Amino acid sequence: MAKNDLLGGALWDAYSNKVAQRMDNPTHLGVLTEEDAKARNAKLIVADYGAESCGDAVRLYWLVDEEDTIIDAKFKSFGCGTAIASSDMMVELCLGKKVQDAVKITNIDVEKALRDDPDTPAVPGQKMHCSVMAYDVIKKAASLYLGKDMADFEDEIIVCECARVSLSTIKEVIKLNDLKTIEEITNFTKAGAFCKSCIKPGGHEARDYYLVDILRETRLEMETEALKQNAQKVQLGDLPFAEMTIVQKSKAIDKTIDEHIRPMLMMDGGDLEIIDIQDSQDGHTDIFIRYLGACHGCASASTGTLYAIENVLQEHLDSNIRVLPV
Amino acid sequence: MRVYLDNNATTMLDPKAFELMKPYFCEQYGNPNSLHKFGTEIHKAISESFDKLYAGINAKNEDDVIITSCATESNNWVLKGIYFDEILGKNKNHIITTEVEHPAIRSTCAFLESLGVEVTYLPIDEDARVTAQQVREAITEKTALVSVMWANNETGVIFPIEEIGQVCKEKGVLFHTDAVQAIGKIPVDVVKANVDFLSFSGHKFHGPKGIGGLYIRKGVSLTPLFHGGEHMGGKRSGTLNVPYIIGMGEAMRLAQEGLDYEAREVRHLRDYLEDAILKNDEVIVVGKKELKVPNTILTSIRGIEGEAMLWDLNKAGIAASTGSACASEDLEANPVMSAIGADKELAHTAIRFSLSRFNTQEEIDYTIRIFNQSIQRLREISSTY
Repeated sequence: MAKNDLLGGALWDAYSNKVAQRMDNPTHLGVLTEEDAKARNAKLIVADYGAESCGDAVRLYWLVDEEDTIIDAKFKSFGCGTAIASSDMMVELCLGKKVQDAVKITNIDVEKALRDDPDTPAVPGQKMHCSVMAYDVIKKAASLYLGKDMADFEDEIIVCECARVSLSTIKEVIKLNDLKTIEEITNFTKAGAFCKSCIKPGGHEARDYYLVDILRETRLEMETEALKQNAQKVQLGDLPFAEMTIVQKSKAIDKTIDEHIRPMLMMDGGDLEIIDIQDSQDGHTDIFIRYLGACHGCASASTGTLYAIENVLQEHLDSNIRVLPV
Repeated sequence: MRVYLDNNATTMLDPKAFELMKPYFCEQYGNPNSLHKFGTEIHKAISESFDKLYAGINAKNEDDVIITSCATESNNWVLKGIYFDEILGKNKNHIITTEVEHPAIRSTCAFLESLGVEVTYLPIDEDARVTAQQVREAITEKTALVSVMWANNETGVIFPIEEIGQVCKEKGVLFHTDAVQAIGKIPVDVVKANVDFLSFSGHKFHGPKGIGGLYIRKGVSLTPLFHGGEHMGGKRSGTLNVPYIIGMGEAMRLAQEGLDYEAREVRHLRDYLEDAILKNDEVIVVGKKELKVPNTILTSIRGIEGEAMLWDLNKAGIAASTGSACASEDLEANPVMSAIGADKELAHTAIRFSLSRFNTQEEIDYTIRIFNQSIQRLREISSTY
């Protein structure tokens, strides 16, 4: 949220002049018929995408020649100004292209072609989804022409259709940058910045993947992976004491006491037990111990013996260890 | 030509109300809570404004009409106040409202649900109304409040408030009504309707924006939403917005005075526009004329997306709405159209025209011409028509 976002109602002000012009006077509006196709020795493709009940629908007409080139195209659209302008621009971008190339036109290409200047978006964020329909109808038309499934044109799972951000990209960015919030994902990838349907259920349209789920699952994967790596390092003796989990610290302290301290104490009929281990706010690890046997009540338990125990633990594990008898 | 047909979103301030407000900005600017003369000399005007507000809804002197910033605040206050007074730590945990309330009610109910309150959202019938019988059947021993709007902001359909009030009275349940779209259009009488709380907003009946009110029946308690002072008897803290209270009071008086004009002339213009709209093929208008406030038309036009039509109208200088002004940037279908459920395909095609006493025959003729032109243009573009 920022100052400019506090005042609503300027939706149409954010439309580029090109959007407004094409909304008022679409240049490629119309229909193409079998007669048109016959007259130009081409194949007619008619593709529908969307539905009135969803708020947006478009019908795309192509005439495709024997070289797979789109030699003419028209559209009809049920939708808002952005949908009509996007459909009009989409048709323009298709014209003269081979079908195999036209299918590479994305909604981002359509939106960029509608900009008045390269740095200013043609439509406000919440209207980006209207250009997605223009992209989808191209895939539909190509699938009809080439006899393929629409899904065949997608190499990746797209989570945010407005910004064309894939599932693998989002997961990779979360992992590489240790992202913890949806806002961070949006800042890094633009996913979720536009119509917001992909953020969580309940938006404009239902999605197969939501950012909230991807973030939660990826964080869980990261934590599991970190634990695995951590365990591996412990096994190899490569993990510094300070980076150990509390369980690992406890085991390491036990091991050091068993190997280097307890035999020394037992020679004099004494012993100790660990009461608690705490990471203090000043960067120390505090080990609370209780003396047993001859050590209990011994005069050096709070001086020489204590320093000896602390020194051994510091030497073998970490210089920030403190031993505190209770 | 500029034609304003979005009066359910807001209205023009009546110039007569504006004239009365003027002295209270720079000349009589004292704080009415001050002890000195700068403050006390304003009391008479404030008192007269309160009289106009009380008269406008037929409140008794013993009742409270508290000035708020808007009906959204009033609605929030009732629902959250009920939570503190009737629900929290007590045996009641249920609120009844409708599926087509303003977001000030629906969103606040959703918030209360997150706190564990159970909310029943009554659906509307084929006439776009809820009935007293629906309310009766929904009330349980756990019900703390019934909140049903007096008239719907999008369809203009009037709900049977007097009957619902009677049911609530019989059942001993508190009753709130959001009367924002009723005041100034039809008679509103809190006594006849048996309401305990009633919300209103000044700018919906040609008063200033940013000021509203909440009627609270005598003997009903409501925890304040704002704490911090002794203003309004300690019930709503915050220095009184004197010029706006003066303006809202006068607007209320003018609205009451103009009810006959509203019922006769505004209704005539509305019906004239509605009849012209319905001459087009595959166009519907929601709600029967006789069940609606006199100024509102919610229409759906097969094959034309609402915002696209709004774009064309705006280009020609005509202001209308795709539904609620609060939701004009929303991508969702019109919620009232969805709630009606009669034709799902039409839910994205809703356009609302809402008139006022300042509209003229010439403006409506112009609107009909532009509307028909736009239908023709957009249906030529449409892939679904």
